[in-house]
Amino acid sequence: MFKMLNPRRFYHAVGKRKFYEFLILAVFILFFYGPMLNMVILAFANKYEAPAIIPQEFGFKWWSYIFSQKSLVTSMIQSFVVAIVTTLVSMVFCIPAAYSIARFKYPGRKLFMLSFLLTNAFPKLGIFTSIAVLFYKYRLMGTYPGVVIIHMIHSMMFMVWLPSSAFRSVHRQQEEAARDVGAGPVRTFFKVTMPMAMPGIAVATLYTFLGSMEEAQGTMLVGMGRIQTMPVAMYGIILDSTAVQIGAVFAILLIIPSVIMIFIMRKYIGPEAIAGGFKMK
Amino acid sequence: MSETNEKKVILDLADLTKKYDNGDGVEHINLKVYEGEIVTLLGPSGCGKSTILRTIGGFLDITDGDILIAGESIAALPPEKRPTAMVFQSYNLWPHMTIYENLAFGLKLRKTPADQMKNMITNMLELVSMGGSEKKYPGQLSGGQQQRIAIARSLLLRPKLLLLDEPFSALDAKIRQQMREELKKIQQDLGITVVFVTHDQEEAMALSHRIVVMNKGKIDQIGTPAEIYDDPKTLHVASFIGEMNFLKKEGKTLAVRPEDITVCEGAGQGDIDATVRTIMLLGHYVVLTVQHNEDVIKCNVTRDLSERLAIGDTVSLKLGKHSLFDAA
Ligand SMILES: Nc1ncnc2c1ncn2[C@@H]1O[C@H](COP(=O)(O)OP(=O)(O)OP(=O)(O)O)[C@@H](O)[C@H]1O
Ligand SMILES: [Mg+2]
Repeated sequence: MFKMLNPRRFYHAVGKRKFYEFLILAVFILFFYGPMLNMVILAFANKYEAPAIIPQEFGFKWWSYIFSQKSLVTSMIQSFVVAIVTTLVSMVFCIPAAYSIARFKYPGRKLFMLSFLLTNAFPKLGIFTSIAVLFYKYRLMGTYPGVVIIHMIHSMMFMVWLPSSAFRSVHRQQEEAARDVGAGPVRTFFKVTMPMAMPGIAVATLYTFLGSMEEAQGTMLVGMGRIQTMPVAMYGIILDSTAVQIGAVFAILLIIPSVIMIFIMRKYIGPEAIAGGFKMK
Repeated sequence: MSETNEKKVILDLADLTKKYDNGDGVEHINLKVYEGEIVTLLGPSGCGKSTILRTIGGFLDITDGDILIAGESIAALPPEKRPTAMVFQSYNLWPHMTIYENLAFGLKLRKTPADQMKNMITNMLELVSMGGSEKKYPGQLSGGQQQRIAIARSLLLRPKLLLLDEPFSALDAKIRQQMREELKKIQQDLGITVVFVTHDQEEAMALSHRIVVMNKGKIDQIGTPAEIYDDPKTLHVASFIGEMNFLKKEGKTLAVRPEDITVCEGAGQGDIDATVRTIMLLGHYVVLTVQHNEDVIKCNVTRDLSERLAIGDTVSLKLGKHSLFDAA
């Protein structure tokens, strides 16, 4: 049994490719789940001092501390409201834009596409400050619409590019066939084009929602303390206290919506679904 | 053609012109298709076959002229309002729907009662030899099977006119031939009217009642397969359909098929003299190539004759049925 753990035996038993795949996987797990595991341990540590690896005392002390803070519960609700609104508004604006980029040729199409890249190419803080100037003018500082706009800018590129390439992978004949059997353009879009582009749209939506859930920089700036989403509240609490455990608990709280979303959309975001589940032979 | 004149005209293309922005396209297309007919648009790649078919289906606006179906203009209608059904070369089916849902989509839009719909679909699947595949997804079917389903979906809607744009060209040769035969049988059984696009002359000959030979956006000739084969009206038609020899003769081009040439041993016994270049046995007959001035001519001869000939011999050729064209 233990003989098989000898790396050389293992190498020859599974073959060269599998062996390297295993190595890469092992390294990946270490890097990816290592910090996560550490975080989970910390979240349930009542007492922890730096150099140690295992906390000195386990318990739910920090969980009850956080939930006793009133501002936190409100911040959670605000986070969800902002994230849901951001996602919906993004969909309404970006999906038609994505479709137009994918299907129609018009002057300035390339530029239009690049403009979404620009929002991600410049340092965010620079964009936020220049936006703040505009927001003051239009009285959007400290308002929900202001925060939603900031969050939309954050994920716009993905919300346009991903669905756009998904729409492009829907063959024109498939849309034309729907028109041919009697569906109008709107029905064709919702019954044929959208469902076929769903993997791309789902991933983009997920990204927008989660991006909004964790956005802090812009929210702090534009929300002006009046709008406190979870990450913003987290900054406040962490700055106020010296316990690293609070950060860990918060991180876990922030993960929960991601896990739920990924679970809901698992049908669409499996590697198979994205890679070729909807391709035809 | 006198018998078809009494039949009802289903499709009438009246001086149809479609120009793309870049100047490509088709012009002055005049064509009548009668009830129960298979008419094939045949021509080399890029000659505008799909363009014509797509204007009939409603996927392209026309620049000029008119499209009438059973006497009524449909040129201004969107595809969903036209009494036509189209099958494309590929990607006809919606991969996120089962075969049943694919077939039911159009019927549902027409508010067909559920039980009737189920019957229709079952029967139609039988007709295209795909019985029992209702629950499968398109991705689980072969290319040929997918095309059958696509044809079934079109037929279910009882279109006045079925449009097929190279529906079999993505399939391999053997299946293509089988599908061709099945299509012809279904067409006869149902008596539907079909416009079929292909660039495969053999397919056109095998399938059609009439063939429309196209060249560079224009119609060269319309006729039955026999008319097109025996009496090509232009040099392009002559070269595109079947095998053809072209000889220069007094500033004109003479076109004659290999099987219409009689080869005699020795000089001076036919219309022209030539020298044997190659002798190739192709089963029950032999293909001979001979040189006459700078032209190389292909002729079909019997094995008997070929055994008496050797490369370099002089032979004489009698040119049977042939056509003359102004110089190429
Ligand atoms: N959307 C378009 N814009 C501009 N030109 C086009 C467009 N579609 C086709 N063409 C041009 O019009 C001509 C006819 O094209 P069409 O697709 O009708 O040819 P086809 O006979 O169907 O050829 P194939 O056998 O290759 O399918 C071609 O020269 C083609 O390049
Ligand atoms: Mg074509």
